[in-house]
Amino acid sequence: MLADPITRRALLEVLILALALGPLGVWVLLHRQAYAAESLSHGLLPGLVLAALAGLPLVLGAAGGALVAAGAIALAARDERIGADLGVAVAVSTLFGLGALLALAPDAPPRLEELLFGDLLGISSADLAAAAALALAVAAALVAAHRPLALAAFDRPAARSLGAPAARWEAALLALLGVGTVAAAPGLGSLLLVALVIAPAAAALQVTRRLPAALALAAGLAMAAGVGGLALSYYADLAAGASVALCSAAAPTFVRLAT
Amino acid sequence: MSDALVRVQDLAGGYRPGVDALAEVSFDACGGEVVAVLGPNGGGKSTLFRALLGELAHRRGTVELAGRPSYVPQTERARLDFPVSALDVALMGAYGRTPWFRRLARTDRAAAAAALARVGLEAEAGERFGALSGGQRQRVLIARALVQDAPVLLLDEPLSGVDAVSAARIEALFAELSAEGRVLLVATHDARQARAWQRVLCLNRTQVAYGAPADVLTSEVLQATYGAELVVLADGSTAVTVEHHEH
Repeated sequence: MLADPITRRALLEVLILALALGPLGVWVLLHRQAYAAESLSHGLLPGLVLAALAGLPLVLGAAGGALVAAGAIALAARDERIGADLGVAVAVSTLFGLGALLALAPDAPPRLEELLFGDLLGISSADLAAAAALALAVAAALVAAHRPLALAAFDRPAARSLGAPAARWEAALLALLGVGTVAAAPGLGSLLLVALVIAPAAAALQVTRRLPAALALAAGLAMAAGVGGLALSYYADLAAGASVALCSAAAPTFVRLAT
Repeated sequence: MSDALVRVQDLAGGYRPGVDALAEVSFDACGGEVVAVLGPNGGGKSTLFRALLGELAHRRGTVELAGRPSYVPQTERARLDFPVSALDVALMGAYGRTPWFRRLARTDRAAAAAALARVGLEAEAGERFGALSGGQRQRVLIARALVQDAPVLLLDEPLSGVDAVSAARIEALFAELSAEGRVLLVATHDARQARAWQRVLCLNRTQVAYGAPADVLTSEVLQATYGAELVVLADGSTAVTVEHHEH
């Protein structure tokens, strides 16, 4: 499998993404932001489609899409008349529908599947470099922000008196989630990337008693899901992104059976 | 600011435009005083604490504090599923003075262990926080405040729903902390408990009374503070019917 340069590049991409997205997922779950993670990854589809139509790098489209989606989600969540969850659901469904509409237009190139489910085996060296830079930036930021993120998640009422205003650090986590989403979207796709964020983290939190252990195990499980998914894809001739997502989703069950 | 560690003058603040959740609050608290903050749900106890913590912009008035206060929330507001030990939680008291690029100092680790010992939980230092009893969790949160080493402590109903052992420990600790010259503001519904402390502040969206317990804890003041929530018991004493809720 590793003799194939395409698979090697895909493996490197998924390992680097896993290193950042696994621990990011732990923070996302501890801050109860799983719904935001899914919303953001689905809501950026129009950006991906527009980048594909314009022939621009997908990571640029993902960045623009994530910004618009984050703004729409923040605005919708503020509408007290309908409630935050419903507002976000409407905003995300609208953005996702808009993306599909653009992608299915008669003049659009047939790349919708790639945008929804990623193209791990088709990424270029430039895609890999961009994803690696963004993912490593997210991982470094998570290390630097460990203490305030822990305070804001563990004890929101007291966080400010302990030196970490909760609202500021919740916003910082959402920004990091946006960057992580942008990094993963070209390889794993708008629909599937959230599996690598959420599932290994959920598995790690089931079996660990301390935060550093949860963060390390989530990274390890995400990397294992990446390797396992690519192997499954290679030997069973299945779609690579979907195989990685399936292996990620199996992590909580695997961990429960193993402990 | 003379001998007062807390000085509040004509404070008013709120959450909705044009509506004061709390107004006309003025009091001083000197080192060594434990101040009971009495009031019904929605009466402004949490609003006062938020104003003292700098989380609520003052519409009017001033707040002067001798340093950043430490805040001890009600234990049920902390996350029970969070993967931390009791020692980890106590150590959080040192986060504010540790730059992000530095490891926590050995002295801070020693201070966290000593704080847990002081609240009687040295044997539980390695236990998961969420696995402790409510009273033990409250003592861990107080240990975290001890690690912060703040001159002013704000405690939000620290004795509500805790076991007798924890309550006795916490009350003894209050006496020790006030003897060290700190100010403790303790939100409570227990007027009988408040009689044991140095000052009582009664709030019902505005300041009803402030002073020594003997002067403040009269049936008239309690009636003005609690209104319909106040009941008179058969022995002539009063009690408050309280359903706790978020406010």
